[in-house]
Amino acid sequence: MFSILQTMWNVFLHMFHRRVTVQYPEEKPYLAPRYRGRIILSRDPDGGERCVACYLCAAVCPVDCIALQATEDSSGRRYPEFFRINFSRCIFCGFCEDACPTYAIQLTPDFEMGEYHRPNLVYEKEDLLINGPGKYPGYNFWRVCGVQIGGKDKGESEREAAPADVHTLLP
Amino acid sequence: MPVEIDVTTVYIEDRPYPMDPEQNLLHQCLSAGFNLPYFCWHPALGSVGACRQCAVKQFKDEHDKHGRIVMACMTPASDGTRISIKDSEAAAFRAGIIEGMMLNHPHDCPVCDEGGECHLQDMTVMTGHDYRRYRFEKRTFRNQYLGPFLNHEMNRCIQCYRCVRFYREYAGGADFNSFALRNLVYFGRDKDGVLENEFAGNLVEVCPTGVFTDATLKRHYTRKWDLEFSPSICTQCSLGCNISIGKRYDTLRRVVNRYNGEVNGYFLCDRGRFGYEFVNSERRIRQSRLRTEAIGPDAAKRHLRDLVASNPGVIGIGSPRASLESNFALRALVGPDRFYAGIPSSELELLRLMLDILRSGPAGTPSLREVESSDAVLVLGEDVMNVAPRMALSLRQSVRQQPIEIAKRLHVALWQDHGVREVLQDAKGPFFIATSSATRLDDIATECCRGAPDDVARVGYAIARALHSSSPEPQDLADNQRAFVESVTNAFKMAKRPLVISGASYRNIGIIRAAANVSRVLPGATLSFITPECNSFGLAFLTGTSLEAAIKAKPTAAIVIENDLYRRLPAPEVDSFFSQCAHVVVLDHLENRTTTRAELVLSTATFAEADGTLVNNECRAQRFFGVFPPSETIRQSWQWLGEWENLDRVIADMSGGVPGLSGIAQAAPSAAFRMSGAKVPREPHRWSGRTAVLANITVDEPKPPVDLNSPLSFSMEGNPDQPPAALIPFFWSPGWNSAQATNKFQEEIAGPLRGGDPGVRLIEAGQGEGIPMASRAAESDEDARLSAPNRDRQGADAFNGALFASVPSAFQPRENEWLIIPLFHIFGSDELSRAAPAVAQLFPDPYLALNADDAAKFGAEASVMGRNLPVRVTPGLPQGVAGLPSGLPPLEGIMLPAWSGISRI
Ligand code: SF4
Ligand code: SF4
Ligand code: SF4
Ligand code: SF4
Ligand code: FES
Repeated sequence: MFSILQTMWNVFLHMFHRRVTVQYPEEKPYLAPRYRGRIILSRDPDGGERCVACYLCAAVCPVDCIALQATEDSSGRRYPEFFRINFSRCIFCGFCEDACPTYAIQLTPDFEMGEYHRPNLVYEKEDLLINGPGKYPGYNFWRVCGVQIGGKDKGESEREAAPADVHTLLP
Repeated sequence: MPVEIDVTTVYIEDRPYPMDPEQNLLHQCLSAGFNLPYFCWHPALGSVGACRQCAVKQFKDEHDKHGRIVMACMTPASDGTRISIKDSEAAAFRAGIIEGMMLNHPHDCPVCDEGGECHLQDMTVMTGHDYRRYRFEKRTFRNQYLGPFLNHEMNRCIQCYRCVRFYREYAGGADFNSFALRNLVYFGRDKDGVLENEFAGNLVEVCPTGVFTDATLKRHYTRKWDLEFSPSICTQCSLGCNISIGKRYDTLRRVVNRYNGEVNGYFLCDRGRFGYEFVNSERRIRQSRLRTEAIGPDAAKRHLRDLVASNPGVIGIGSPRASLESNFALRALVGPDRFYAGIPSSELELLRLMLDILRSGPAGTPSLREVESSDAVLVLGEDVMNVAPRMALSLRQSVRQQPIEIAKRLHVALWQDHGVREVLQDAKGPFFIATSSATRLDDIATECCRGAPDDVARVGYAIARALHSSSPEPQDLADNQRAFVESVTNAFKMAKRPLVISGASYRNIGIIRAAANVSRVLPGATLSFITPECNSFGLAFLTGTSLEAAIKAKPTAAIVIENDLYRRLPAPEVDSFFSQCAHVVVLDHLENRTTTRAELVLSTATFAEADGTLVNNECRAQRFFGVFPPSETIRQSWQWLGEWENLDRVIADMSGGVPGLSGIAQAAPSAAFRMSGAKVPREPHRWSGRTAVLANITVDEPKPPVDLNSPLSFSMEGNPDQPPAALIPFFWSPGWNSAQATNKFQEEIAGPLRGGDPGVRLIEAGQGEGIPMASRAAESDEDARLSAPNRDRQGADAFNGALFASVPSAFQPRENEWLIIPLFHIFGSDELSRAAPAVAQLFPDPYLALNADDAAKFGAEASVMGRNLPVRVTPGLPQGVAGLPSGLPPLEGIMLPAWSGISRI
């Protein structure tokens, strides 16, 4: 009997405590930028697609929910012909972001992806690609790598010497 | 060839290991299973000590704590040697070397096609170099266009020199080199252009970095770990090189070498490596059709069954490019008497004769490894490079055999590549070529002798005669022929392992007989026949009746498998055959003229979709496995034609029912084979996208397709251990992602694969007078029947004792006619690679070949056999002999050799 009364008293006291329940969805919680939610593909500072279709994210994905196919434009710049993430399988581990050598694939603080139909959770490149660099504003892989692409000749990447003159005889 | 070797003891980290003193420490450490990084050493190319990557610490004796750093690849594994791989100084040295190599290395891995199978990546990880300290400018180079097969990305080079050593010294190429000086060494051609060497594609695997990558793969680029692989056999010539084929998203993506110590070793030719693209061709038949209407597989099969039932006279026409199983299925369906070979008698009789000769011996037929170790070679009437390319690469090594004896005498270890080359200089062992025109191996030939095919045969007979008086003597040899015969004879008398190579290229029976005679009078000789196609010998095991006989039989219905008859016989003959046949069924995978004549076309599997057995030119039966999951619409020929449950049932029926084939079941483990209860996975364990590749179609992942025909699975699940040699889908080992992982699958480096190299020989050297060795006891009666027609056919020239007696008479040029012989092209003569875009780019335009004098009589163009063709001056062609490229559209179907007038236009 006494314990029941004590419990009721405790419950009564709680009415005066600070509330911790968040009125989601009216009220949104703060999520850090590095929160691991919906995955996007970003663009480099010049507006080009960042993903170079290296397949590393697909390889590292523990549930194997990324599939893509590499292709190249006429200037030799590689990009994914298609890029698919099956979010109905994704466990949001963030390994893909970790593996990505170009900062293309990033997890975002958006987790509101509920769907009634699983096929709607299959995102193609059009659904993934955003119009900015995401969390990493400065990086452009093509300015570092040695492959020649449209608008960047051999020797024009960062810390690259001009192409060697193989005809020179100077020591 | 395992010879007695002394075994020495070498101490690694103070533990004793038995080692071969004839080898270097790197070779032996790798054989013993150690992971020791290396770049410039290659098991087939030997050591040069250029990269300094294989450093180990060597100690004087057990008390020496100081030691000194040596290059393992340059140090013999002599007795009592004590080394340490783990030693911290050696490890630091190796890490320093890698760091130096990486100074200029571009930041390319994500877009580098080598990534994921890069030896440089592997070695970098192995040495632990993981952060770049170098902050200065990197050197860059411009790339070159090197043809349709290879990409060039020179920035990635680490100057190991493997490419030049392979290209120039091993493969004999001249148009590729290292250029410039100090830290600016460039590997390429003097200017952009297609690499001339037929083995350039091997640079993809020889180069440890991404400088040379497969340009056909780039068009549908997939990482090695994402490809589903199957062990397969190249179908583009008769040698049967072992290949791994990789598939992703319903297309075949690439072909890589699959080591087989006895056959292809580490290398393929470019036709075999890049010709695979026909599998993805637009010309593929992906749907069966009845007349012009598409038809479902069950209806198609029903139609075929009804047709066979209502036409008791239906005949079957087999094919030398279809597997034994498919040919056998057709034979079983129509009955052995109504099964025809699908090749002209001029070819079939030669094949049967060759089989007879090989059966009765005494000369055995060599594997390519044995070809490589032959020390005197005579080629009779074959343009080896263009007909059986990989053999030409082996022959390039064979000319080193005799000079290498000098190196041995001087105690230069044979793995000391530069040492041996210094000793050898330009010395070449005896290598003789007798053909009707210049060949791509003339540069290493001691002497060449040109003549019409009959004269080639006469030269062969003359050599046999010079070696032994019981062989018949050809009369009135020309002086140059006499001189040639004398040189060959002298060389052969001195040789320990002489080899005679011949084949069916000129469709000349005399050449084959002459080659047999030479091999028979020469003790210790081996005899290698080159056959026209990947399963020519297999077909000859199954039937002795030719395509002409099929036509003569005037059947009302015919079933043709995987064979474009318009490539076999002149078009009018084939046309009339088809018009008198009321019903024609064709099973094939590419549209061709024959499929247009069919009432019923059944969409048939290519080698990449099929499983089966092929018999190569040394009568080695080898199994290939498809990489595509079974499909309803595209089926294998034997599946269309019969009701077998799986491949093993066909093999069981065939090995029981066809004399000589009883051994083929041993070519690979059966479908019931399991390793610890599991199948062998076709996919690497890192295969990606399992839950996403089909997600756009269905989110319920379907269960992997079941493979009834092989012990391989269409999945990444299975036993991760090393499978038996015949079932290795791809080479991979922890820490070894590149092709160098092959090391981990061999009993000894460059030796046989663990458990023995795959394939079974159906005929072993001269065992059992005309009786196939594997079936001697059980089938001797059968076999007597099998070979009897051959002997009859030879009539007067039946074995005379053991030698052929009828020498052809000398070639007589005619007044206004030329003997037109077939000329072969590695890129052009093969049927299927026409549908492979990269290879097709290198097809020559059709031409008429004449020698300079004859060519002068005609202008730039001439008319021959009703066609106007540009005239090409071809060195070596004798007066009165002309040549046409064999099999090259639109010249296919012309029966060569043939006499024809040539006229001006
Ligand atoms: S890891 Fe990055 S660059 Fe590579 S495929 Fe994935 S998203 Fe593209
Ligand atoms: S060669 Fe190897 S290490 Fe160099 S970029 Fe290519 S994958 Fe990377
Ligand atoms: S191109 Fe390749 S094989 Fe040739 S030296 Fe450079 S890294 Fe070595
Ligand atoms: S030599 Fe013949 S079997 Fe070998 S890869 Fe070339 S075409 Fe294929
Ligand atoms: S492998 Fe020994 S020095 Fe290159």
